[in-house]
Amino acid sequence: MSVRTLAVVAAAVTAVLGPAMLAAQSPISYTAVTEQRLLNPEPNNWLMYRGNYAGWGYSPLDQITPANAKNLVPVWSFSTGVTEGHQAPPIVNNGVMFVTTPQQQVFALNARTGDLIWRYKKELPEDLLQLHPTNRGVALLGERVYVATVDAHLVALDARTGKVLWDTTVDDYKNGYYFTMAPLVAKNKVMIGTSGGELGIRGYVAGFDAETGKPAWKTHTIPGPGEPGHDTWSGDAWKTGGVSVWLTAHYDPQLNLSFWGTGNAAPWPGDMHAGDNLYSSSVIAIDVDTGKIRGHHQYHWNDSWDWDEVSTPLLIDFTKDGRTVKGLVHPGRNGYLWRLERQAGGIKFVDARPFVTQEVFTKIDPVTGRPTYDPERKPRAGASVTFCPGLWGGKDWPPAGYNPKTNYLYVPANENLCSTLVGQAAPYEAGKLFLGIDRPKTSMSQRQGATHIGELQAWDMATGKKAWAHTFQDGLWGPILTTGGGLVFMGGTNDRNFRAFDAKTGAKVWEYKTNSGVTGVPSSFAVDGVQYVAVQSGWGVDAQRMQARLDTFRNTKTEVPQGGVIWVFAVRN
Amino acid sequence: MTRQGWSPARRDVLRLALGAGLGFCAAGRVDAQDAGARRARPQPNDRFVFAGGLRKNELVTLADLPPDGPPAVTYPMDPATKIVRDESRLNQVLLVRLDPSRLNSDTRARAAEGIVGYSAVCTHTGCDAWDWQPAAGVVKCPCHFSEFDLKNGAQVLNGPAPRRLPALPLRIVDGVPVVGGVFIGRPGFETGGG
Ligand code: FES
Repeated sequence: MSVRTLAVVAAAVTAVLGPAMLAAQSPISYTAVTEQRLLNPEPNNWLMYRGNYAGWGYSPLDQITPANAKNLVPVWSFSTGVTEGHQAPPIVNNGVMFVTTPQQQVFALNARTGDLIWRYKKELPEDLLQLHPTNRGVALLGERVYVATVDAHLVALDARTGKVLWDTTVDDYKNGYYFTMAPLVAKNKVMIGTSGGELGIRGYVAGFDAETGKPAWKTHTIPGPGEPGHDTWSGDAWKTGGVSVWLTAHYDPQLNLSFWGTGNAAPWPGDMHAGDNLYSSSVIAIDVDTGKIRGHHQYHWNDSWDWDEVSTPLLIDFTKDGRTVKGLVHPGRNGYLWRLERQAGGIKFVDARPFVTQEVFTKIDPVTGRPTYDPERKPRAGASVTFCPGLWGGKDWPPAGYNPKTNYLYVPANENLCSTLVGQAAPYEAGKLFLGIDRPKTSMSQRQGATHIGELQAWDMATGKKAWAHTFQDGLWGPILTTGGGLVFMGGTNDRNFRAFDAKTGAKVWEYKTNSGVTGVPSSFAVDGVQYVAVQSGWGVDAQRMQARLDTFRNTKTEVPQGGVIWVFAVRN
Repeated sequence: MTRQGWSPARRDVLRLALGAGLGFCAAGRVDAQDAGARRARPQPNDRFVFAGGLRKNELVTLADLPPDGPPAVTYPMDPATKIVRDESRLNQVLLVRLDPSRLNSDTRARAAEGIVGYSAVCTHTGCDAWDWQPAAGVVKCPCHFSEFDLKNGAQVLNGPAPRRLPALPLRIVDGVPVVGGVFIGRPGFETGGG
């Protein structure tokens, strides 16, 4: 029986017996997640990482508005019991919330009351290395909850009980492979990519049967011998060339294509892996049935700056020269805002413009989008090279958002930061850092006269122009939620605030000081007709690392308390 | 095969399997002993070998540990069997030679000719690469920038690490550093969350 049939049967049973009967038969009332529901998520739910397959981070709910946001108050909170970077969105299906945390926990909670339904915690190997101690959330299908783990497993849990249904060992963590992303579910496949770009892995995206966990396909992001693009690598560099994939893909059901952003080439300096290095720092279109690569666009060739372009482009249609373009929009770590066209036959460059000061690209080919570099700003062995934006780029992993009502794209950017790297080759050793730099000589600096770093930017997709920007003194690590009520929600700063902005004007309309820095992906949902906004607060990983670098060059010490809490807010009547 | 009784064919298969199994067991015991020795934490009298790099598995001598570093990342080795205890990353030991007058008294008591030994696995989330600051006698973990003062029992000076690196007492035997005790504290990190 296919999942779809199962779901139909479940729906029929619900119709006949009513929800009360179902609840009596099992610990909680749970609505199966069907493919249809994933394609058209109800406004009251948040069924996947970014709320919809287009990756908008948008909730159509409109109860909370710029006028009443000042009355937002916490309704409940929940301690996760762990420190480090809490980045996962609360994912909600008809009143049941699923949240992942660092150290591989999953909580199922009553989304209205905050009561715990179940908790899963994977026992992690004692010798695990966690370069990025985080997890970015679950995926849902049928009555299963999927989580990809930091010790390289893919696990399916029973949504009602948290029991492990299957646990697939995907890779060997001892060789530097680990997972932090929320899986993508489509066409009865669960899909994940691998992290490890700093540990000399060879990246891939892999699809698994959603019912059994059996591997269906595996597609390397570095082509092997005989595959197209293999000749863009020199010697054996492809074997340890990185190109990790660590954020959830977006999906176009019409084209049957998933779009994955890919990471940096390894080690960092480009002269250690001469060539364009496909498909590093690219977006690749993968057929979800077969895993075949149907197209790609490489944002920048021979990456030398640790500019992962793992953020997945948002599927936004826009008008260009009087024509509607089925677009892919990507504010890149390389500091350019890229607009591409998604087609059955591949991905086509449309245009690109810098959204932060970018001193590396000297021009962009107007037809292909291929950048030309200032060679003095390209890190290499034996030279000290300074480049802006720095290695965390113009925008790192925190996802941008798109609001179809304002037609604005919201970008959590970092401006005015530069990095200095000194390239130094070192042999590859399995599972060890493989950066190719003289680490103690690495530093970060701020551009002369800079008054701020963080910028929440709004870009008008109708005109291609920046509509407004809100600045923050320090680094910004805030994933975006935008809503039908005309708001943008974002945390991401070291002052522990979670904020709401008027989506049209950029005016700040509310803020709330949480327990820690908010680097979680916010979500919005409704239960019994009440709209809620949920987010995890829990500072760590790269937000903390950037802060440490800032403190070093400023000779300051910034304490941001750690420890995760799930917060749920609503408007007080 | 069905579950009806024991057919002769099945018994033969079983006997064969048992016989082969015994053979495997004998070989397996040696392997298991080796695996146990490779997994065991540093034992008194163990020598040290380089954990990686061009001199991987070569014996670490006093000449390899110049005053003020840099530190060497090593694995302990059983001196009798020459088994290197590299089955677990958590067995890695950081060795560095410092001026004994700069060490606090506890650290000096564990040191041998100024050489101090610590777990080479960061107590934050388990990285095992280190950046050396010779003037301060401090190692910095490049993963999230925790800093440990090797002069003072690897006390945490900065960064997210919750506790010091476990110390390992050392002695000098036949002109090489050897393990003088067991780790003081548990190497590795805690995942928290109960
Ligand atoms: S693992 Fe060393 S500071 Fe995080």
